Amino acid sequence: MLEIRDLQVHYNGITALRGVSLDVNQGEVVALIGPNGAGKSTLVNAVSGIVSPSAGTIAFEGKPLHSSRAWTISGMGVLQVPEGRQVFPQLTVTENLQLGATALRGRKAGIPLDEVHALFPILRERAEQLAGSLSGGQQQMLAIGRALMGSPRLLLLDEPSLGLAPVIIAQVFAALRTLKERGMTILLIEQNATLALDLSDRAYILEQGRVVMSGASKALAADADVVSHYLGVTPEG
Amino acid sequence: MLLQQLLNGVVVGGVYALFAVGFNLVFGVQRLLNLAHGAVFMTGAFVAYYTVRAGGPLILGFVAAAVASGVLAMIIEVVCFRRLRKSGDAEFGAIISSMGAGMVIMTFWQWVSQTQVLRFPFDTVPVVIYRFWGLRVSLLQLMMAAAAIAIVLVMAWFIYRTAFGRQVRAVTDSERASMLVGINPNRIYNLTYFISGALAGAAGVLVGLAFNNINFTMGEPYLMFGFAIIILGGLGSIPGALMASLIFGMVQTLSIAYLPSGLTTAFIFSAMFLILLVRPNGLMGREEAGSLRGRR
Ligand SMILES: Nc1ncnc2c1ncn2[C@@H]1O[C@H](COP(=O)(O)OP(=O)(O)O)[C@@H](O)[C@H]1O
Ligand SMILES: [Mg+2]
Repeated sequence: MLEIRDLQVHYNGITALRGVSLDVNQGEVVALIGPNGAGKSTLVNAVSGIVSPSAGTIAFEGKPLHSSRAWTISGMGVLQVPEGRQVFPQLTVTENLQLGATALRGRKAGIPLDEVHALFPILRERAEQLAGSLSGGQQQMLAIGRALMGSPRLLLLDEPSLGLAPVIIAQVFAALRTLKERGMTILLIEQNATLALDLSDRAYILEQGRVVMSGASKALAADADVVSHYLGVTPEG
Repeated sequence: MLLQQLLNGVVVGGVYALFAVGFNLVFGVQRLLNLAHGAVFMTGAFVAYYTVRAGGPLILGFVAAAVASGVLAMIIEVVCFRRLRKSGDAEFGAIISSMGAGMVIMTFWQWVSQTQVLRFPFDTVPVVIYRFWGLRVSLLQLMMAAAAIAIVLVMAWFIYRTAFGRQVRAVTDSERASMLVGINPNRIYNLTYFISGALAGAAGVLVGLAFNNINFTMGEPYLMFGFAIIILGGLGSIPGALMASLIFGMVQTLSIAYLPSGLTTAFIFSAMFLILLVRPNGLMGREEAGSLRGRR
C-alpha cells in the first residue's frame, strides 16, 4: 500500500534520511522505532508532503506521492497525527474534529463523529471547550480523532505516547488496538519500543537516517540486541 | 453636546473598523504586516470616484472599489509575501516589500490623478439631515454606520460560523496542521487577503465621501491608526480590532470637540498607551509578544 524506496532527505546541509526503504501493506500495523534524531518524523513528514525528499520515491497504492502537495496527500486518505499533537488550540474540540473531515474531499466518511466519540468519550464531554485548554493526553486523543474524521486509509502516528502519563498512554494504545482490530492500516512511530513492538505486526529500526534492522515485531522483541538497545530493561510480561 | 459627539464617534469608529479588521485579519493569519494596506484603502476611493465620474451609480462604485481593492490585496500577497514567507526572516522582509508595493500603488494613483485632489460630484450622496432625540445624523453618516455594521457582521458570521471561516481560523492557528487535515493554505490566503482588501476599499470610499477629498496620500494616516488599533485591540484579534476602532473613533471625535485642535492625534495615542499600561497585550490579546515569532 505504501512503498518507500531509497528515500533521502536533507535539511540545509543536515542529512536526515540516507536511503530508506520501507513498506506498509494493507491492514498492517508497522512500527518505526529508533532514538531521538534518527529521522522518524522526517520520514512521515516526507510521506505527508511536509518536507520534500532530495532522492528516492514514495508511492501510495502505486501513485507517486513525493511530488504532491501536503493537502493533496491528506485528501487521498494518508493522514498524519503529528508529533506534539498540533491541535488547533483556539478552536473548540468539535471544530477540530470537523476540520479533520476536510480531508474527506469526495471520499465518503468511514468513521462518523459518533464512533470517534465512542473511542474517546472525553471528546464528547469537552466538545465546546477550546482545544488549547485540554490536557496533553486529551489533545493526543483529539489529534487522533481529528485524523479519524478524515477516514484514513493509512494512518501515520508520530510518537503518540510522547510526554504522556502511563495511564493515559494505556488509554491511547487501547484505542489504537481497537483501530487495528478494525483493520486500519497504521504506520506507528515510537521511541517507546516496548509499546510499539507490542502493538505492531512488523517493525523497522531507524538509526541516523538508515534502517538498521527490520522484521516481525515478535522476533524483534525477542532479539537480544534489540532488547538491550531499545527496550532498555527486559520487557515485562 | 456629548451624545452627538459619541454618535459621530461611532460612525468614525465604524470606518476605522473596516480598515483595521482586515489589516488585523491578515496579520492574524500570516503574522505579517501589510504596509500597503493604506494604499489598498486609497485604491478603493479612486476606483469609486472614477466609476461615479464615468456615470455609474454610487452602489456600483462601492462594488467596483471593493472588488478592485480585494484583488489588489491578493496580488500583493502573492507578489510580496508568498515567496518571502519561506525564508527565515519574513517579518522584516515583509515590511520592506509591502512598503514598496504601497509606494508603487501611490505613485500609480498620483500619476492617474495628476497629483490633484479629487472630489465626488456634489449630489453623489444627497445632503439630508435626520433629527431625533435632539441628535443630528446625516444620510452619509447613516450610510457609513450601516455599511460598517453590515460588513463587520457579515464578516464575523463568515469567520465564526461557516466551514470556510473555520478553515481560516485553522490556518491562523497552525499552517502545518491545517495542511495535514487537507486544507490548501494558499486558497485561504487568497481569500483572507481579498476580504481584507475589499473591507479597506469600502472604507476608502466612505472616507472619500465623508471628507469629499480623494488624493494619493489619503491612506497614510489610516495606516498609522491601523497600527495603533491592532496593538490596542490585540494582535490578530478581530473582536479586539472592532472594539479598539470604536474607542479610537470616539476618542478622536471627543478630543476634536473638547480639546484644542492639534492635540487630537497626541491624545489618541496617549489613550492607547494608557490602556496598554493596564493591558499590555491589548484589549483582546492572548499571547505575549515573544511567542509571535516563528509561528507559522
Ligand atoms: N526542520 C529541520 N531543520 C533542520 N534540521 C532538522 C529539521 N527537522 C529535523 N532536523 C534534523 O534531522 C534529523 C532527524 O530529525 P527527526 O526526523 O525529527 O528525528 P526523530 O523524529 O527520529 O527524532 C535530526 O538531526 C534533526 O536535528
Ligand atoms: Mg520525531
